[in-house]
Amino acid sequence: MKNQLRNEYDIVGQPTPKKDGALKALGRAEYADDISMPGMLHGKLLRSPHPHAKIVRIDASRAAALPGVRAVVTGKDFPGVKYGNLPQTRDYLPLAVDTVRYIGEEVAAVAAIDEDTAEEALDLIAVEYAPLPAVFDPEDAMRSGAPLLHDKAPGNISAQVAFEFGTVDEAFSRADYVRDDTFETQPVKQGMLEPHACVGLWDDSGKISLWACKMSPYVVWRQLAMGLGVELGNVRVVQTFVGGGFSGGKQEAMPMDFCAVMLSKRTGRPVKLVHTMDEVLTIGHMRHPMKIWLRTGTDKEGRLLAQHCKMIANGGAYSSIGGFSMYLAGAMLNIPYRIPNLRYEAKRVYTNNGFCGALRGHTNTQICFARDSQLELIATDLGVDLIDIRHRNALQPGEKTANGFRIGTFAFDECIDRVVELSGWREKHGKLPKYRGIGFGCGSHISGARLMGHSASAAQIRVQEDGTVQLTTGSTDVGQGADTVLSMIAAEVLGVTVDDVRFARVDSDSTPVDPGTFGSRVTFFTGNAVKRAAEDARRQLAEIAGKRMNVDPDDLVFRRREIISRLDDRQRMSLKEAVRWGAFQTGQLVISHGSYAAGDEKIDFRTGHGNLSPAYNPSACAVEVEVDPETGQVKVVGFWGADDSGFPLNPLAVKGQVIGATVMSFGPALYETLIRIDGKVMNPSFRDYKMPLTTDIPKLDNFQHSNVVTWEPEGPFGAKEAGQGAGTGVIAALANAIYDATGVRMNSLPMSPDRIFFALKQNKEKERAAKQSSAAAE
Amino acid sequence: MKHLLPIALRINGERHDLLVPPWRTLLEVLREHLGLTGAKRSCQEGQCGTCTVLIDGKAVNSCLYLAVEAQGMEIQTIEGLAKGGVLDQIQKSFVQKGGVQCGFCTPGFVLATKSLLNDNPNPSEDEIRVAMVGHLCRCTGYVQIIEAIQDAASQLKHVGGS
Repeated sequence: MKNQLRNEYDIVGQPTPKKDGALKALGRAEYADDISMPGMLHGKLLRSPHPHAKIVRIDASRAAALPGVRAVVTGKDFPGVKYGNLPQTRDYLPLAVDTVRYIGEEVAAVAAIDEDTAEEALDLIAVEYAPLPAVFDPEDAMRSGAPLLHDKAPGNISAQVAFEFGTVDEAFSRADYVRDDTFETQPVKQGMLEPHACVGLWDDSGKISLWACKMSPYVVWRQLAMGLGVELGNVRVVQTFVGGGFSGGKQEAMPMDFCAVMLSKRTGRPVKLVHTMDEVLTIGHMRHPMKIWLRTGTDKEGRLLAQHCKMIANGGAYSSIGGFSMYLAGAMLNIPYRIPNLRYEAKRVYTNNGFCGALRGHTNTQICFARDSQLELIATDLGVDLIDIRHRNALQPGEKTANGFRIGTFAFDECIDRVVELSGWREKHGKLPKYRGIGFGCGSHISGARLMGHSASAAQIRVQEDGTVQLTTGSTDVGQGADTVLSMIAAEVLGVTVDDVRFARVDSDSTPVDPGTFGSRVTFFTGNAVKRAAEDARRQLAEIAGKRMNVDPDDLVFRRREIISRLDDRQRMSLKEAVRWGAFQTGQLVISHGSYAAGDEKIDFRTGHGNLSPAYNPSACAVEVEVDPETGQVKVVGFWGADDSGFPLNPLAVKGQVIGATVMSFGPALYETLIRIDGKVMNPSFRDYKMPLTTDIPKLDNFQHSNVVTWEPEGPFGAKEAGQGAGTGVIAALANAIYDATGVRMNSLPMSPDRIFFALKQNKEKERAAKQSSAAAE
Repeated sequence: MKHLLPIALRINGERHDLLVPPWRTLLEVLREHLGLTGAKRSCQEGQCGTCTVLIDGKAVNSCLYLAVEAQGMEIQTIEGLAKGGVLDQIQKSFVQKGGVQCGFCTPGFVLATKSLLNDNPNPSEDEIRVAMVGHLCRCTGYVQIIEAIQDAASQLKHVGGS
């Protein structure tokens, strides 16, 4: 059935180059920092040098008097309204007013004729601080007597989530085997190459415009209105090309955005702000460092009976999306393995560090590292095959998880088998030469989330008189290929080419409101909305053409820019003729609308119960490593992955997504970490914050990814998520490979050379001691 | 304004006479004085490669190169690569092979490829990796970029041989 359906498609399923690829390759795509406007000023932000302090006094008079400086603003220039995602997480101000809570927090902003002058002016702003005791470790921060960051958060608890499904105690009591382990993960940055940048304009009519590289421009739109205390209708957010997102600051309004428009109000000029990479790596928005305690009970064959997870996340100074992160980490314990009984307790703790939120693989990456590392420990103890234990616990299509996820298509078993085959697992595992090893890891992800706030997507289509299609959505292309895949969906339905579809970037004055790009939702949610909008446009066109051709509209098919009678293919007219005839002779314009909301079911966040996503994507991978025992350095020499992304609509882009997600996990597994001493980031530079390079990936012959193709009935043309899931199992696979290569089990990230070196040394010492004691006993 | 120095730069075959402070980098002069924004501003310390331009055919980080020092040399930016609106083969290969995602690193990679293929029209996979090691890409995981460079090399060889 699947094949028959697929053969009908002209567009979807074909590898299709990115629509904006040529513009970008030509260097003509305009990113936010490329914008220049007449009279534009340049802004800079003054940041706190203290991790925690009262602001006693700010004197900006010398800065304001510097030639070339046009305005200085401080926190008092804003209405003092805290902004954030949810009522209980609104804890952030455009600029600090009386307290700073981490090194790098924004305190004042300057607009000047050029960046050098603005920078110089920062040095002339005198801020008197009264330093307060600071706390950096979440466990310290929870102790009584610890410095408090926010009045409303006793014990520095930023968010707390607990849920329980099934009969956990009973299940542990009948388990044949129980073990618990603790895993720790580190702060990781998004690492996009484009620093945050924006241009703000507050014009004389009171209209506030912001051009910025945002993944979720409508989130920014609402937060700007909130923090500025203005009506939403006065705010316009225009999305520029986005030079990489991966969540974080491009997901929300940032202090720079508020300051750009406020400085513009003061000066009557457009004001541009661009972060330096030092700022990007110092300020908030990063992956939560977590301490994950995981207890698992199984039967003799390694069937998972119960899990109990306690997690403490170092949230940093503010909330961002962190409250949701705490739910999500626990929810992700429910896939891709069957855990019939689950207890989860998570705390997100405020500390005087840069704050944390979402980053590609949002919390799932950390959880998968812990779970799939522990799964191998269990299998080894029980003498169960490492692949069998995964099959034995793999969720199957049609199952319902303990927390209420309804699993539809889910080719997890096939993914595992494919990786075993591609990687040559059976010939390699435990059989490679010393210091060479192979590890397995699995993961899973959602295809968009049903949230309490804005969940649904909408799309609008106008078919023009030249037969081209104007497609507007509120979703953003951030490089992942939304522009192309959404255009492909519209083109497929309307029988035109991908080039015939014009994809607009978001402009809150004209595009449909949308939650934005996160949670692997765009192809699925917006894709469905586009499909429905295109179907509506096709219906309108068929009505016009049917009238003109005197054919029943139901008998018309759309192919190659033509509308053809399926009964007699000599009866046909071009798409543009139909549009023109409709517009010119009857005034009927082809303007359509489509939406998708994934049903009205919602998660009950108090109990954690509910079906978060309309579809789930399992993945598996094997990775082969070589460890240098002299240095502890790990070289990734082979990678084989498989995932079930449903029917890949654009295989070229899906390949880019899964490989991109995979390599993005190599870094945090092996070297990426933000080094912080007393809240100060010690490596805020790409020189010292190490991300994977061309030389860090396996040779192409040993780097394969395969899609196990399924047909997701709820997805547009059978598609599911592709951009995050494939990366989630990679870190555990690397930990397991390092174990296979060296016998060293790394429970802490990153698994950097120094740590591996010392672990190897410890192992050797242990072996030597064991030998000596056994010799002594003899 | 004091500190301004008259300089002449040859960029994409055209001469530009400018007055700039001597400490301005080539990247700043290209972007701010000439509106050539294809070279991107990212790390500004020679680690990421997004600001790459060609100077006498060699890829350099324009964020580490003073504009005054580029006088008398042939500077090529990404804007000068396509001729008459037709994409260069390297650009075509990047687009066709999925080497472009967010596109922020793309101009740098394309020009670095130009420089590599000038010196070595038939690079091995390892030679490609080493030549591109100064260029970060967070989106693609590099596989499709390496494939694009291989494709460009083989297409250009085909054209050259025919």
